[in-house]
Parts: sequence; C-alpha cells; structure tokens
Amino acid sequence: MFDDFFIRALVAGIGVAFVTGPLGCFVIWRRLSYFGDTLAHSALLGVTLAFTMEFNIALSVFIISSLIALILIQLQKKTNLPGDALLGLLAHSSLAVGLVVIGFLTFIRFDIMGLLFGDILAVSVDDLLIIWIGGALILLTLKFIWKPLFASTVNYELAEAEGLNPDRAKAIFTILMAAIIAISIKMVGLLLITGMLIIPAAMARNLSSSPQSMVIYSIIGGLLSVIIGLFTSLEFNTSSGPSIITAALLLFILSLFKIKQSIKLKN
Amino acid sequence: MTTDQNILVKLNDAGLQLNDKWLVKGVSLQVEKGKIVTLIGPNGSGKSTTAKIALGIYKKIDGSVEKYTHKVGYVPQKISIDWTLPLRVNDFMVLTESLNKETIDEALSLTGVIHLKDKNLGDLSGGEFQRVLLARAISKKPDLLVLDEPVQGVDFTGEIALYELIKKISDELNCGILLISHDLHTVMSATDHVVCLNGHVCCSGSPMDVAKNNEYKALFGEQASQILSRYEHKHDHIHTDEGEIKKN
Repeated sequence: MFDDFFIRALVAGIGVAFVTGPLGCFVIWRRLSYFGDTLAHSALLGVTLAFTMEFNIALSVFIISSLIALILIQLQKKTNLPGDALLGLLAHSSLAVGLVVIGFLTFIRFDIMGLLFGDILAVSVDDLLIIWIGGALILLTLKFIWKPLFASTVNYELAEAEGLNPDRAKAIFTILMAAIIAISIKMVGLLLITGMLIIPAAMARNLSSSPQSMVIYSIIGGLLSVIIGLFTSLEFNTSSGPSIITAALLLFILSLFKIKQSIKLKN
Repeated sequence: MTTDQNILVKLNDAGLQLNDKWLVKGVSLQVEKGKIVTLIGPNGSGKSTTAKIALGIYKKIDGSVEKYTHKVGYVPQKISIDWTLPLRVNDFMVLTESLNKETIDEALSLTGVIHLKDKNLGDLSGGEFQRVLLARAISKKPDLLVLDEPVQGVDFTGEIALYELIKKISDELNCGILLISHDLHTVMSATDHVVCLNGHVCCSGSPMDVAKNNEYKALFGEQASQILSRYEHKHDHIHTDEGEIKKN
C-alpha cells in the first residue's frame, strides 16, 4: 500500500515522538528551548564531521552536541556574559563553521535542505535501529533520573537539601538532550528539532493539570504530529520536518480552545 | 549525657563567604534526636544561610558540617516555584520521596489542608501553601527537620496550632528540628536550645541562658528578654505524681 521508505519514516517518527514527548516537557519546565536550539545548530558540524571521516552520523552529532554543551558550561563559569548571549554565540558560530566546512567538501553531494529540514527518504533500516534502541535508552535513563530532575526543576534547594543530587541529574539530562538531537536529526532536520520538543509539550501544558498527564499528552501530541505530518509530506511532496512541525502547531492551536474553556470555568 | 549517636547534624566553626563578604561566620551547633534548636537573630544575621549550610546546600564553606542522616525534611523560607508547571498539591507531596496515599492524607490532615489535595499549587494562598510545605516536610517522617520560618503568612490561631504540631512531631518521631523563627513568644516555650545569630553566634544556650545574656539584650532589647524569662515561670512549680502542683 505504501512504499517501504514511507513505512520506515513512520516507524522512525513514532520512535522519535515517544522520546521528544517527555524530554520536551522538561525543556519547557526548565526553560531550555534556546539551549536545545544551540545543540541542534551545532549538529550540522557533527554531520559534516561524519561525512569527512566516514563516521556514523548520529554518533558524530551526539559527540559534537555533548562537546558544545560542555564548552557552554565552561564559558558560563569563566566569562561574565549572560547565558543567552553565550548560547547565541555557540549556536550561530557552530552553524556557520559547519556550513563553511560543507563548502570545502566539494567532493560530496550534500542535501542541505534535507539536513536543515529533515528528509524522510533518507531514513534507512540502520537509522530505525538507532532511533528505537537509542530512544529506549534515553527513556530508561530519564525514568532513572526523573525524581531528582523533576524535584530540582520545581525547587533546586529542596532537592539538594533532601539528598537527591540534582547536579548529577542535570548533567545526565544535558547528555540526553544531545542524544535526542542526534537520533532525530534525519527526521525533523536540525532547524526544527527544538520545535518537535517544544510544540507538543506546549500543547500538552494547555490540556493537563499534573506533570504526568502533561508527559502523556505531549507524547500523544508528538505521535499525531508525526503521523499527520508524514502523510501530508507524502501527499504534497513537502519536506518531512516542516510538515510535522506544522501539524504540531495546528494541534497546539486546537489546544488553545480547551484552555479558554477551563479558564472560563474557573471564573 | 548525649551520646554521639544522637547527633543528626553538627556544624564546626562553619561559615560562608560570598564576594568577599561573610554572610555568616564561625557557627558551631548541633542538632540531636528529639531536640528543637532554634535560630534567632535580626534580618540578615545569617539564619537561613546557617540552615542551608547545615543542609549541605552550600558546598564551598568554611569549617565543616557533619551530617549523620539522609532523611531530611526542609521547609525553605522562600520558595519560588514556576507556576507554568502543572503541579497539584498531591504531586508536590511526593516530590522527593514516593509516599502512599494514607501517608500523604495523614500529613495534609495534620496541617489542616487535606481539602486542598487536588488543587493546583499556584492557586493556594500564602498561608495555605505554607501548610502544604510543612505537610510535605513531615510526611516523609524525617530524622532531621529544618524549618525556616515555617508559619509565615499563617493566620494567628493556625500559627499556634502549627507550633504545637511541630513540637508534637519532634516528640513522636523523635526527630531533631532546626527551627528559624522571629516569634520569640511561641518558639521559646518549646525550644531546647537557642542560638542567637548576628553574623556570628552572639550567644547560645537554653532559652533562659540566652534571655539573660547581655549581647542578646543589646540585640533585641530589654523587652525581648522579658518575653523569654516569662517562660521561666512555667517551670517554677513541679507536678507531683498525685497530680498536685508543688512550688519549688
């Protein structure tokens, strides 16, 4: 009924949505959307590195993104610049350096649009394995650090005082962010990964009254976005990333009606 | 006699320096099982800082902290919670430890806010939120409770009831309490040991010892001293086994 590539894209997208759902909630709660953006921008450098050294793309992106996160933490300690300025510095310079390196790699045919906005044709069986195994590992790790991470998101001092080791949870979460970007880059593209993290979670916030229900709605929102987006992409031959994100945006707009109702009820 | 096993947390000449300014310096104190230690002192005297040092929130301190328990309940003085987080009272209760329904309900009933269980944390009033904070801290049945002005914003009758509750918890759970309070009246009647801070320990001892101390009088004025000594009258008689009251 459908071509193999489409089934692969669907399976890949569903795997990604299961992971971006809960991670996206933390991105919103901890106000990390610009941080996610920075890691995603630096992924371009990881991709070019993978091509020059004939290395696995996901692994290379993961390494570069983690490295950028480390550099950010060091810069925060050693300079007096505000956090958002440092994020902007790293995001745009790593994107620029990545593009310059691509310019030098004339011997490789690059699909820059696919890289920036996602390309469902590019999803291979190997990618599926990376997404589902990597995704399962990310979710397991998140489950393991959930309590300290969530407690310190609510209040750092409470978590620290009551012995939950929030600093370790935060460091592990940073690595998880780099990992989700690495596994979802082919699907959504590096410019739109943060959208996949934030928009379903934002929609979920409008519908939920507890952290658990927000995570569940966020996963459902991500799944619907992927399914609707990919079918649209197939039908109208649009890039997969923008189609998925547009679907997520529509769901978010729908969720606004719900929040209006509940506010009316309150008054 | 106190054996070392009763000590829950001990500060040895502890202090904290921030941007070349001492927030608090040279504090030595210990909290033991079943005892209430109260920190008093004017604003900015380092009470909250001392509590946070005892809790291990500050890492780069002078001196040392010895902590002998991991079961800690903390009510911070200020808590800024991001209200964009969907968080009900029930979710907040299990923030740092998983508890069963009965334990949660019991703690919320004790502080009188069981009816707020399913309410969003952001919709509570200041006093209600304070009661929830206290309920959360006691629900995990900690060995050490650190309460930084736990009844701020609570109505007058509630305040007295909550202090009685704190005293009761200390007896029932045999936990040690480090309490910070401005309310000399209510606190002194239940406190075992008072530490008067003003950037350093200006005096410490039983409530009576502190009340007589000249530095304390200089800091709080003669009136405050009288407040403390009033509680001495409580002890000018003894209860005999027959239930009679005998003058000392």
